Amino acid sequence: MIPDQPGLPLGSNPSFFDLVRGLSTEANAAQRTPIDGNPAAVAHGTTVIALKFTDGVVMAGDRRAVEGYTIADEEMNKVFPADDYSAVGIAGVAGQAIEMVKLFQLELEHYEKVEGEHLSLEGKANRLAQMVRASFPMVMQGLVVVPIYAGFDPRRSEGRIYRYDVIGGRYEESDYAATGSGSRDAKASMKKRWRRDLSQSDAIEVAVEALVDAGEEDTATGGPDLIRGIFPTVHVVTTDGVEELGEDTVRQAAQTVIDRRRPA
Amino acid sequence: MPMPFYVAPEQMMKDRHDYARKGIARGKPVVAMEYADGILFVADNPSATLHKISELYDRIAFAGVGKYSEFENLRIAGVRMADLRGYSYGREDVTAKAVANAYSQVLSNIFTQEMKPYEVELLVAQVGERQEENELFHILYDGSVSDEEGVLAMGGESETLSTTLKETYREGLDLAEAVRLSTAPMTSEAGLDPERVEAAVLDRTRKGRRKFRRLADEEIGAILKR
Repeated sequence: MIPDQPGLPLGSNPSFFDLVRGLSTEANAAQRTPIDGNPAAVAHGTTVIALKFTDGVVMAGDRRAVEGYTIADEEMNKVFPADDYSAVGIAGVAGQAIEMVKLFQLELEHYEKVEGEHLSLEGKANRLAQMVRASFPMVMQGLVVVPIYAGFDPRRSEGRIYRYDVIGGRYEESDYAATGSGSRDAKASMKKRWRRDLSQSDAIEVAVEALVDAGEEDTATGGPDLIRGIFPTVHVVTTDGVEELGEDTVRQAAQTVIDRRRPA
Repeated sequence: MPMPFYVAPEQMMKDRHDYARKGIARGKPVVAMEYADGILFVADNPSATLHKISELYDRIAFAGVGKYSEFENLRIAGVRMADLRGYSYGREDVTAKAVANAYSQVLSNIFTQEMKPYEVELLVAQVGERQEENELFHILYDGSVSDEEGVLAMGGESETLSTTLKETYREGLDLAEAVRLSTAPMTSEAGLDPERVEAAVLDRTRKGRRKFRRLADEEIGAILKR
């Protein structure tokens, strides 16, 4: 039964995150002493970007994870559908980031089932901010996770992008956003290539190019690998929902970008 | 100090049974029916937002009749249990059987220990890869559980409804046939207003892991018109 404790707000709490947090003793014990520097032995995910186009948003991430100066994984996914109408991308400590995504996905699904309706996009973005804030004790341990979140807002009929910082600050971006070690280079690339009226295929190309640029400048970001067939993960969110692009589409975009750079 | 009157345990239980049954019989029924692609749920429900049928987990649905506040409370507890299990173990480890067992325990405790029993009947159903793997658990107000097959009705007039439906039901119906068949006993001579019908399916052919889908009023209307 759902206990109605005195002093709590009326009604049952539709949050799965609060439910899990209330049960887990480990999360409460996370208040340990801070350590200096980054623990090198855990995998870090790197660059994830999101940008708007006429019908929605594109979110893309490279595939590399690093442990210190070692490449831990060349085929990692850092962009995930959060629910039917939004996607979340993560940079930072991989284990913790993936757990956060899993909890966030469950949080949205749980709310939807308990309340019988979807949260607003604003509500989902706020929820993610609170989850990032709740992981602050881990940040003090050097275990940092910084997500970006993008989705289609049916009430405004447009795509929207949110960027976060380590303490759970939430910033809505009007055009594009990037997070992770290669984010500076990716942002510089998008600054030159992004336009207000991008079509979907152009937006995909801009996204892939930004990751190619980040891959060329940043050791922790993996560029497209045409030989082994490893390409960025690209999700497109429109009024029809979120869709992961097939390898062929991304390969084509990567090929176009790379061909342009080949010396004549 | 006045002594309370002695009431025989048999009498006390009987009173509770009668109380719960009367409460449930006042409400409108819910019907569950297996069809070719999964399981169909139909309820006579004038409200478009206060549901009697809802999603519990990927392949599991919940239906309740009787007192709304009571089965709603149980529904939310079920969603929590399912989501928590799926998170702790794996998504495929969440089963209708486990949820039905938990409901049975809770209802049985309430029936014997609380001031008044819950006036509810629940259905927990899980769609399988094949029809033989479907599971339908019917849980009564006192915690007794039965495993059902084919078609079942619960709530007001459920006995007559069950008898009629069992006579007309056959295996391998398509969705439209199943909707028409399950709503037939609710239909009066003036026909049936599709907005009064709450319908949902667990459709094993549905894309993705979540197999639960509500039928929109227009969809129900189009099926009933034919």
